[in-house]
Amino acid sequence: MSSIMVSRIRQKQIAQLIASGKRLDGRGLTDYREIKIEPGIIERAEGSALVHIGKTEVLAGVKIETGEPFLDRPNEGVLTVNSEFVPLASPEFEAGPPGEESIELARVVDRGIRESKAIELGKLCIFPGKKVFVIFVDIYVLNHDGNLIDASAVAALAAILNTKMSNYEVKDEEVEIVPGFTQLPVVNYPIPVTFAEINGKLVVDPGLDEEEVMDARLTVAFEKGGKVCAMQKGGAGTFTKEQILEAVKIGRQKAEEIRKMVV
Amino acid sequence: MSQIARKLIDENGVRTDGRKVDELRPIKITVGVLSNADGSAYIEQGKNKILAAVYGPREVHPRHLALSDRALLRCRYHMASFSVEERKTPAPSRRELEISKVIREALEPTIFLEQYPRTSIDLFVEVLQADGGTRCAGVTVASLALADAGIPMRDLVVACAAGKAEGQIVLDLNDVEDKDGESDVPVAFMPNLDAITLLQMDGLLTVEEFEKVLNLAVEGCRRIHALQKETLKAKYVAVKEEVEE
Repeated sequence: MSSIMVSRIRQKQIAQLIASGKRLDGRGLTDYREIKIEPGIIERAEGSALVHIGKTEVLAGVKIETGEPFLDRPNEGVLTVNSEFVPLASPEFEAGPPGEESIELARVVDRGIRESKAIELGKLCIFPGKKVFVIFVDIYVLNHDGNLIDASAVAALAAILNTKMSNYEVKDEEVEIVPGFTQLPVVNYPIPVTFAEINGKLVVDPGLDEEEVMDARLTVAFEKGGKVCAMQKGGAGTFTKEQILEAVKIGRQKAEEIRKMVV
Repeated sequence: MSQIARKLIDENGVRTDGRKVDELRPIKITVGVLSNADGSAYIEQGKNKILAAVYGPREVHPRHLALSDRALLRCRYHMASFSVEERKTPAPSRRELEISKVIREALEPTIFLEQYPRTSIDLFVEVLQADGGTRCAGVTVASLALADAGIPMRDLVVACAAGKAEGQIVLDLNDVEDKDGESDVPVAFMPNLDAITLLQMDGLLTVEEFEKVLNLAVEGCRRIHALQKETLKAKYVAVKEEVEE
């Protein structure tokens, strides 16, 4: 995915530096950029968080409604993750229906939360088979400077950890909101770590200019016990088995460090 | 759900469809099945029935998508509405869009796209019946359709999933194992270049389990690769006999 955004000469420079174990912004190959998390900044949302990874900025908001459960899960609440690449975030984003990248991102974030069973969906059932709570996690990319998957997943997790549900009572098959709030039942904390492969080397937390020159991308998500809970390869390049196992090893440790900042 | 369903692997190590844990489903592949397409192939893997067709290299529509230094590779993975238990609406779902992307990226590394600037290569994968592992069977069959179209490739791409069900590491998950099992890891692989071109994972696996699953999936790929080669050879043997007659 070469682009007009990074000139040829800069692409070459990035690739050459990485071959010698260095990066343009001075980081080592396995260094993550600074992460800043600001939870609860949208009062109208039940939960929210703004996450900065370097200059990348992603805002996640949680809204809760009632709706019908899935046919095969009549006793469980529903989780829906959606992402918007709004045009203010990058000169390359355009308004319109979500593109492939945005759908993939939302599905990878969703996979991490779902597979690690982060939210106890069984506790979000009101009438089995009829009415359950639907948790909408909406991800807005505000500034694109690379590694949107990690930023979005951290923002989504921080937002659901920050989510307060209104208390309710059931009267004559109707749901009535009563004063007070309860925390959303969150029991696991999935954290993804994304790698770019550039010139045969693995680089943690790629910036936008690195994403422009990368051959392929690999995201590995870990749940709180250190098990792998989601994975996604992207891009037109390839990985060797050894590279994948190395990414799993490095990723596990990085995920641990990031988790401490979120929880 | 899984408690009501019968066990995925019984005490003799036999799976719901009678296979052992490291056994592939029966696979049947044919190439050159559609006369209009430049290349095509059909695969049956267990109850999966999937058709793939390639059109191109051809003129790009719409034109502004054309790339000046290489061919544009496009892929559409689509499931027929009757391919699954509950009717699927024919409009492409988010899942299908994601799978279209990962299949395209699984095949992109193998094609010499730079030999056909300003053209498009369009790849269509139609799932007529689904039984788990359709993206993998889709990659396997699409790569044969590309070869059938005579598009220059660095290697064949072959895909196979492995995962965990009933606490055991299993190869080539079927539909129930995919839904009720603990984990599913689809892998696409270029056997001669020893490179992985697609990797996804859901469910939970320890780092050690993941390594075993990855090795098993690659082993599965190698076995399917042998079938791919046979299929292609069989086509040209048939052509040769026809010419000699």
